[in-house]
Amino acid sequence: MSETLVPFDEVVERFDPALGLEIHVELNTNTKMFCGCPAVFGGEPNTQVCPTCLGLPGAMPVVNGKAVESAIRIGLALNCEIAEWCRFARKNYFYPDMPKNFQTSQYDEPIAFEGYLDVTVPDENGGEGETFRIEIERAHMEEDTGKSSHVGGSDGRIHGADYSLVDYNRAGIPLIEIVTKPILGTGDKAPLVAKAYVSAIRDLIVALGVSDARMDQGSIRADVNLSLAPKGSGVLGTRSETKNVNSLRSVERAVRFEMSRHAGILDAGGSVLQETRHFHENDGTTSSGREKSDAEDYRYFPEPDLVPVAPSREWVEELRATLPENPAVKRTRLQGEWGFTDLEMRDTVGAGALDLVEQTVAAGAAPQAARKWWLTELARRANDAGVELTELAVTPAQVAAVQALVDAKTINDKLARQVFDGLLAGEGTPEEIIAARGLAVVSDEGALSAAVDKAIAENPDIADKIRDGKLAAAGALIGAVMKEMRGQADAGRVRELVLEKLS
Amino acid sequence: MSELIKKTAAELAGALAAGETTSVELTRAHLDRIAAVDGTAESGVHAFLHVDAEGALAQAAASDARRAAGQSRHLLDGVPIAVKDVLATQGLPTTCGSKILEGWVPPYDATVVRRIKEAGLPILGKTNMDEFAMGSSTEHSAYGPTRNPWDQTRIPGGSGGGSAAAVAAFEAPLALGTDTGGSIRQPGAVTGTVGVKPTYGGVSRYGLVALANSLDQVGPVTRTVLDSALLHELIAGHDPLDSTSVDAPVGSYVAAAREGAKGDLAGLRVGVIKELAGDGWQPGVMERFAETVDLLKELGAEVTEVSCPTFVHAMATYYLILPAECSSNLAKFDAMRYGLRVVPEGDPSAEAVMKATRDAGFGDEVKRRIMIGTYALSSGYYDAYYGQAQKVRTLISRDFAAAFEGVDVLVSPTSPTTAFPLGEKLDDPLAMYLQDLATIPANLAGVPGISVPAGLAAEDGLPVGFQVLAPALADDRLYRVGAAVEAALTQRWGGPILGEAPTLEGPR
Repeated sequence: MSETLVPFDEVVERFDPALGLEIHVELNTNTKMFCGCPAVFGGEPNTQVCPTCLGLPGAMPVVNGKAVESAIRIGLALNCEIAEWCRFARKNYFYPDMPKNFQTSQYDEPIAFEGYLDVTVPDENGGEGETFRIEIERAHMEEDTGKSSHVGGSDGRIHGADYSLVDYNRAGIPLIEIVTKPILGTGDKAPLVAKAYVSAIRDLIVALGVSDARMDQGSIRADVNLSLAPKGSGVLGTRSETKNVNSLRSVERAVRFEMSRHAGILDAGGSVLQETRHFHENDGTTSSGREKSDAEDYRYFPEPDLVPVAPSREWVEELRATLPENPAVKRTRLQGEWGFTDLEMRDTVGAGALDLVEQTVAAGAAPQAARKWWLTELARRANDAGVELTELAVTPAQVAAVQALVDAKTINDKLARQVFDGLLAGEGTPEEIIAARGLAVVSDEGALSAAVDKAIAENPDIADKIRDGKLAAAGALIGAVMKEMRGQADAGRVRELVLEKLS
Repeated sequence: MSELIKKTAAELAGALAAGETTSVELTRAHLDRIAAVDGTAESGVHAFLHVDAEGALAQAAASDARRAAGQSRHLLDGVPIAVKDVLATQGLPTTCGSKILEGWVPPYDATVVRRIKEAGLPILGKTNMDEFAMGSSTEHSAYGPTRNPWDQTRIPGGSGGGSAAAVAAFEAPLALGTDTGGSIRQPGAVTGTVGVKPTYGGVSRYGLVALANSLDQVGPVTRTVLDSALLHELIAGHDPLDSTSVDAPVGSYVAAAREGAKGDLAGLRVGVIKELAGDGWQPGVMERFAETVDLLKELGAEVTEVSCPTFVHAMATYYLILPAECSSNLAKFDAMRYGLRVVPEGDPSAEAVMKATRDAGFGDEVKRRIMIGTYALSSGYYDAYYGQAQKVRTLISRDFAAAFEGVDVLVSPTSPTTAFPLGEKLDDPLAMYLQDLATIPANLAGVPGISVPAGLAAEDGLPVGFQVLAPALADDRLYRVGAAVEAALTQRWGGPILGEAPTLEGPR
């Protein structure tokens, strides 16, 4: 079916978007939500199952206390109220990857409710960003379903497949679903706000340490609800729900596309269908999910096999005390302390180096030096090795130690790179590597002076230029000296000697 | 017929301890009895859906070896038992009386099954039941009805007719049942046996294929009150696998039964529930009930009439809560992982397979309750039906609480009638549901109840049950009162009531 898409700029001139985001976070508990099976990713299909998570007749659920703890910590980090008493409920619908044909979830009694999260959308012109307060309706606990794979179809979808396989390893893994209230007033920032919110949730989850937080592996999954209303009308339009949008960029694109699509339908006098949609990474479009919409009657009722969850206020306060600093607040604080520009800060965060830089600074390095090593030399090596920065065999303490040697002029930046080579090769401490590889800067003034004299003698033209006051030409002589010294000289001292001799 | 099978479980335990018999001998005696009288779906008692002769004899031999080595695990080690087919038994078929689970062999044991295995009780087999425990006659079993040993043209009660009939027909000294609205007590009443529904949460439900999770409870089915107490103590107690199981010490049921059997109920306050009598109650049932109440007075109890006005709404409440829960519980039977699988011609899609399998695999009563429950939970009807039923349920609990402020136990007839002829109520679900009028309130409130034989109704010569109800976690009172009634009546009759039952002939 062809769709008329309205250009984004026109959409925001005539319509007000309303966003709603539902984020599922897979917790990293050792065991599943309601049984003792391991909750790890990547096992052979159907090896991490038991009577309970397979929904065998007679089996019963038992609540995972660690998952409740994680849920409360997430709720607290989102500034939510924590329920004094809440229950699980059954969400009834038939699907082959749901072992019991109901999902044990929470309905009208979530563990956490009425919170908010402030997110900042960066200004594209480099100015100060705009902050939006996202109101959180609820965060509740539930179990994941199994995973279906459809074999023989064109694109892995159920339509046209020859048969389907179901892996129940994932069935019963604890999930926290975080639901926003309708997010209004974002205008042309709607796609960026959606992206910034998902990003902020991910950062928060990472800081809490409650999930692997890997969008690419599905441990954080976002559903994007969007509706449009005529500008200034103050009403809410009919929404579409785009499921399982699996990267930050996709969140932004999905919102943008749906806005254009909705506007096209509304402009033509049509009405938007309340339905589930799929997002396509390849072209940034969405398509109808063919599944029944969420207007389906799930016949929720309290799970009779479980007793209510009633976290004591003392426990909630103990958990509140364990909360890490809010990542956004922390970022602002560190930027101030380090004196980074917005761009430097964004690059640092973007490279996943914030914690590494912080630890390197804590180990004694200057912030700019710490940033420089992690974002250039070490980022390149991580990229070459195809690993995350955090997985590199160099610790923040070692980086700080190398920088201390640079500061002491024992080595220079170029030699420091060779020290990192040694560290990555496991050759010992920076000092051991310098000794073993003979990397220390030559501090023998006689040898240095002789090398400068030699360079001046071999480059009379350049020497003349410097004598004439063209100091920029000194670089060429310094380079020649450094080459002569095989890099083991303090470039600053070489420059001083060159200028002294030619003044 | 071996005289061993007439003995109570306590007597068999004594004989084993005294070295007068072996577990193999008495297990074989019960297996012989099953072979002689149990018959088939077409004739005979048909209490069993599956008999595990080989397994039971192996367990018996192991028990004898333990005993010889001085390592018996429990008083009942070596005494055989039958298990209702709604409890998961590792390696033994578990059908719940339904075609949809035909051939399913669980890979795990229900907690109660594990406990009886660990105590060394050989499992004779799995007993018949109404499909998924829905019914009061065992006629809704997909594998044919069980017949009442007192009159094989009549129902043995339900849903646990198989366990009650097995015990009444001396095919097993002990059985496990489950009681959601009377499925242990009503079969006990109409077969002249003893059945106990423990306090909700008193016995683990892990491995009990749920009918209605908030009402179900596993309990003992035996011929004497003492035997029920022995079995109850064995299966009771907290289970970390069942979140609704009560984390409290198990009561002294055996001691209470022994105390009660002495016949002194001085000071006991008994309330007769006014609402559980009247039109539609069989005169012979009411006669035996009145006689038993008089007996309690003779034993020293103070008897008063107590009103529980909300009990008249118990039936309606029950038939909203139960279908709601079971409509969800039974959703898992979809042919995807186990059990029956029907693939319709030309459409092997998951949805079509689910529909066809459920259509073929579930019986009419099951479908009826799934439909009622699905409706009751539907958006727009939830408050009017399920929500309202939960409120009435609370009121019923309050009636119990108020009544127990003035009395120690409440009493009523267990069932309004004696065993009725097979087929009589099969086409009239409401008439069938009325069988559980007196037993349902206890399930709604979670309180424990026992049914003990009160004699035979004058008009048909069939057994009548006397129900005793106690506050939650006061199950010991059931045993004290039940044992006192049993001792006095047995003395009056000159022997156990089952002595009056006809001698069964094996099918020719």
